[in-house]
Amino acid sequence: MLMKLLSGDAPRSRVLTVILMAILFCLAFAPFLFPGVRSVDTAARICVFILLVASYDLILGYGGIVSFAHTMFFGMGAYGVALACTHMERGFGALIVGASGGAILAALIAFLIGLFSLRVRAIFFAMITLAVASAVAVLVSQLSGLTGGEDGLTYKIPRELTPAFRFGKETFGGEILGVKTNGRLLAYYVVFTGALVLFLLLLRIVNSPFGRVLQAIRENDFRAEAVGYRVISYRTAATCISAAVAALAGALYAIWLRYVGPDTALSFEIMVDILLMVVIGGMGTMYGAVIGATLFVVAQNYLQGLMGAASSAVEGVPILPDLLSADRWLLWLGLLFILSVYFFPTGVVGRLRDGK
Amino acid sequence: MSAAPEHAPTMARANLAERIAPWLPMLLVPLVMLTGLILIPSGSSWLTLTVSGLAMGMMIFIMASGMTLVFGLMDVINFGHGVFISVGAFVGVSVLLMLAGMTAAPSLFLNLLAMLLAIIAAALATGALGWAFERVIVKPVYGAHLKQILVTMGGLIVVEQLIIVLWGPEEIYILRPEALKGAVTFAGAALEKYRLVAVAVGLALFLTMRFVLRRTKIGLIVRAGVENGEMVEALGYRLRLVFIGVFVAGSALAGLGGVMWGLYQEVITAHMGQQMMILIFIVVIIGGLGSVEGCFIGALLVGLLQNYVAFLEPKAALISNIGLMVAILMWRPQGMIPVVKAK
Repeated sequence: MLMKLLSGDAPRSRVLTVILMAILFCLAFAPFLFPGVRSVDTAARICVFILLVASYDLILGYGGIVSFAHTMFFGMGAYGVALACTHMERGFGALIVGASGGAILAALIAFLIGLFSLRVRAIFFAMITLAVASAVAVLVSQLSGLTGGEDGLTYKIPRELTPAFRFGKETFGGEILGVKTNGRLLAYYVVFTGALVLFLLLLRIVNSPFGRVLQAIRENDFRAEAVGYRVISYRTAATCISAAVAALAGALYAIWLRYVGPDTALSFEIMVDILLMVVIGGMGTMYGAVIGATLFVVAQNYLQGLMGAASSAVEGVPILPDLLSADRWLLWLGLLFILSVYFFPTGVVGRLRDGK
Repeated sequence: MSAAPEHAPTMARANLAERIAPWLPMLLVPLVMLTGLILIPSGSSWLTLTVSGLAMGMMIFIMASGMTLVFGLMDVINFGHGVFISVGAFVGVSVLLMLAGMTAAPSLFLNLLAMLLAIIAAALATGALGWAFERVIVKPVYGAHLKQILVTMGGLIVVEQLIIVLWGPEEIYILRPEALKGAVTFAGAALEKYRLVAVAVGLALFLTMRFVLRRTKIGLIVRAGVENGEMVEALGYRLRLVFIGVFVAGSALAGLGGVMWGLYQEVITAHMGQQMMILIFIVVIIGGLGSVEGCFIGALLVGLLQNYVAFLEPKAALISNIGLMVAILMWRPQGMIPVVKAK
């Protein structure tokens, strides 16, 4: 039963299994284990990013295609929900319409980009996605009438998902284990369940015959074509699926944040974060996404403070405080990124599997 | 045994369409200019726009040419190319700020000398950086596109952040040298002097590059290397060294372009290279990877189109480049003048 849920793709390492179980457990009971606004927020962010990174891994790790438009797809889902919630009646209908609209649009655009670039050579895809993504980012900040521009959009999600909504007062007194049973709790579980279901779906996809063909194409596209698989169709299909799932992740994020803006949903920095999470966790395995996203989001939340402390500790030394200041976070990420691509190409998961 | 098929060679002259086909990419530039002339109501604003479009195209060409050659020669795709633009701009502008006495003087000679010094400093700095970049970042990942893209992107981020550490996060404003400020009036159109200089520099560089590539031995080796690297190596040339040379030269050109672009915009930021990369990618793709001529034509097209569209319909300017790329890829999926065969 369990193996069926995981589509027969076991973690294949005892340590990895333990870590994954721990992460699943922590995320599943996050509101009770770590009460507090900030930690629940971190948990929701981890859920969303696991899904986003897993969807990116489908094209990068399994398909061997580099895309820089993944945040664009993520943003489409987020803005889809935001726009639907702004313009439609408040309710779950708006969420569904927004999320599915965003996902369909994302898949459509991925299809178009794939059509133009993948049929020539895979590296065109990297360049064209970069160009399109930045054009869209500028467009979103310019069309402020529709998208709110740089300020973004704040909107109302269904009342059942907001902190003002309380339930279960009669049955268990409005509290479970000291945690207030309000709409925020429900919203967290919407995000968690959505991410879990879609993650298992992705696991199903990569372990299906389709996923195997993708891996074959990644290893040797010429041979795969010779064996009789239409390389372009498979690659295009993979990018479409990946874009749609990324958009759904964006929709979940929009439901959780109740705000979208260029910084939270479209900025290039998120793209860098995603790349880093995939590489650190391990390309070409869905579990890498779980490890990478969890490590990264936790580190991002707590390490920046540490860097600030280190920076003030070395005050007086030339340049060092500048190098260590929390704003230079990306510098160290970039270094880490290069080093992990060189020395650590299989990521944490690869290492754990080798050393079992 | 069947008879041999009848062989009837005809010596008919190729028809007009066939004869024109190889020249079509070159004809595109005047075609776009002509379309602009028809669509833009006043002739003088057309002239202004055309000059600024050409200036922009020339600068993009300077920045993009290195990248397309590096790709053609060694199949190395450098996503970090943009960082040389930023570094070049910062070094060049720092030199110009140091030479404030020379740039503020109303003498054209002193101004151009200051600019020349700034450009040389920028080219030297980015050339050296390019050499280091090639050694440290690109060399370990030869032959693996996926890793190249990832690693050079990482390099871009690191160097960009280092610029911020060294020069601070604020954008730097810079005034053009005294004699290059303002505009000359020609046929009722105001033509900025600096743009005319940019067109001249770009054209000179393009012609020099063409001369080096077409008429010298090293150019011959580079062109042959783009066409078939293994063969060139089999003939006894060390393509690795040639490649490093091209990489360094390409980086230096990007730095030069960075100075010119910085003076054109009159403001520089650490992210300017990354923003330029988008235009550069479009130019390199529509020109055909590995082709210097294609890159030149592509750059002019992008520059002209961007200026025309920005005048006619400001909001569509960004989309216009993407639209151009899509149109050209539909027409010629490999780019206008493909050199490297699809791998």
